[in-house]
Amino acid sequence: MITIDSLTKSYGRQVVVDGVTLELPDSGVTSIIGANGAGKSTLLSMVSRVLGADAGVVTVDGLDVWNAPGRKIARRLSILRQETHTQARITVRELVEFGRYPHSRGRLTPECRAAVDEALAFCDLGELEHRSIHELSGGQRQRACVAMVLAQDTRYVLLDEPLNNLDLVHATALMRLVRRLADERGKSIVLVLHDINYASVYSDRIVAMRDGVVVRDGSPADVMTEDALSHIYGAPFVVHTLGEDRIAAYYR
Amino acid sequence: MLGGVSLLVGAATLDLSTLWSDPAQLQVVTVSRIPRTLALILTGAAMAVAGLIMQHLTRNRFVSPSTAGTIEAAGLGLVVALLFFASAPVLAKIGVATVFALAGTALFVGLIQRLRLPDPMMVPLLGIMLGAIFGALAELLAYRANLTQAISVWMNGDFSGVLQGRYETLWLAGAAAVLAYAFARQLTAAGMGEAFATSIGVPYRLILGAGLAITAFTTAVVVTTVGAIPFLGLIVPNVVTLIAGDNLRRTLPATALGGAALVLACDIVGRLIIHPYEVPVGTIVGVLGAGAFLVLVLRKGNRYASA
Repeated sequence: MITIDSLTKSYGRQVVVDGVTLELPDSGVTSIIGANGAGKSTLLSMVSRVLGADAGVVTVDGLDVWNAPGRKIARRLSILRQETHTQARITVRELVEFGRYPHSRGRLTPECRAAVDEALAFCDLGELEHRSIHELSGGQRQRACVAMVLAQDTRYVLLDEPLNNLDLVHATALMRLVRRLADERGKSIVLVLHDINYASVYSDRIVAMRDGVVVRDGSPADVMTEDALSHIYGAPFVVHTLGEDRIAAYYR
Repeated sequence: MLGGVSLLVGAATLDLSTLWSDPAQLQVVTVSRIPRTLALILTGAAMAVAGLIMQHLTRNRFVSPSTAGTIEAAGLGLVVALLFFASAPVLAKIGVATVFALAGTALFVGLIQRLRLPDPMMVPLLGIMLGAIFGALAELLAYRANLTQAISVWMNGDFSGVLQGRYETLWLAGAAAVLAYAFARQLTAAGMGEAFATSIGVPYRLILGAGLAITAFTTAVVVTTVGAIPFLGLIVPNVVTLIAGDNLRRTLPATALGGAALVLACDIVGRLIIHPYEVPVGTIVGVLGAGAFLVLVLRKGNRYASA
């Protein structure tokens, strides 16, 4: 379990994350939604220790993320961010091998190689493994990054706006991959999403933020209501039921 | 392959050298030619590796000790060392030059991280500006102390003065390059970005600091011992990464060999061009390097010249 206790971060006088207390589960897909500037990505950056907090504590399975040894945290928690150097001239396999760093410091054991092979296969990257990531399309590169996280074999996987720059088909493919990771591997995946309908369809739980605080936290059925969404985004919504899914419309 | 080239070029240097010198004087070979060849290899390899680390950590193809102010900062440190610790041993002077080079480079990296320049091309411009400032300071100090001649020596690498007993500090630069290889994986990860490195448990700040310390130390040793070789740390890493990619585990040895080979070749050219006199190797590499720099900047499809 990841526990977040009274986490606060401000930039100048602007409080971006304001005393958030939250528990993230051991498995399943949790989406964090909210308007721009609601503090979603800042929260995720702090949980993943990329960013320091002004106040508050984050623990992963009882380990304080800022004080425990880096590699120890890295065996439990991985994060995928947009800023990853997409122009790097390293091959897909080399990228995925980096996922094994926390386990072997880069000296790959047979176990590591097996994990890398498996991650490549899981993400359907077999044919691309010797291509350089700067030559890949956005969707392929995103898949390579997911494979790396998979090879890292952490219980918790944090994804910061993973659908950015992906077209509809690739976005859906990535969300299906995320769902499979949760269902077949029992991982706990936490995503920051802008597309609330992907959050609705693929999540077990949705956490909604507004102005640095959590304003809604529950199952898609709880959060995907016209009232709740209007409150979260401060704009009108219509929610339709399509089959089993709740789909929000906000185009008019 | 590059290893073979490097060995051949090295061997050629030795052959030519023995032909030039009186064959009876084997001593010339051991006292002058072998040290010179070793010095060339060590300098070339270490400076190319320093350039590779810098361009990787700053994620900018145009950053190298000659475009980040590192060389000039080391030179400034050396002037300071000569002025205030004139009687100190060479190692102490290298120490002072290292501290200055590291401080100058840290200032540069701090600036580019804070400023987030919109155009990657502005990064080396900033570095060259910083370098000009350090260089001007060094010259001012040197002018007042009548050391200006010494400055021109440090700023333009010349191996004609390399003799047995006067190049051995360069082994330290070689050792720094080997140390860099030991950290190649971590350096590669750090070059992928802070979030990337942190996520896999690589201590980003530590590795960034260690990488820059290695480049500063290497530059300081080279500037102190034989003088800077401009653009070497720029051309070789670029050519190697174009061919072999960004995984330092793979590119570091190739870069070291490439740097050694280039310096050896340029030194041979420098020795032949106005034989029996010499053109300093720094001048030859500088001319080649400036040309290569232009090609890199203007190359079609250059991912850094998209504008």
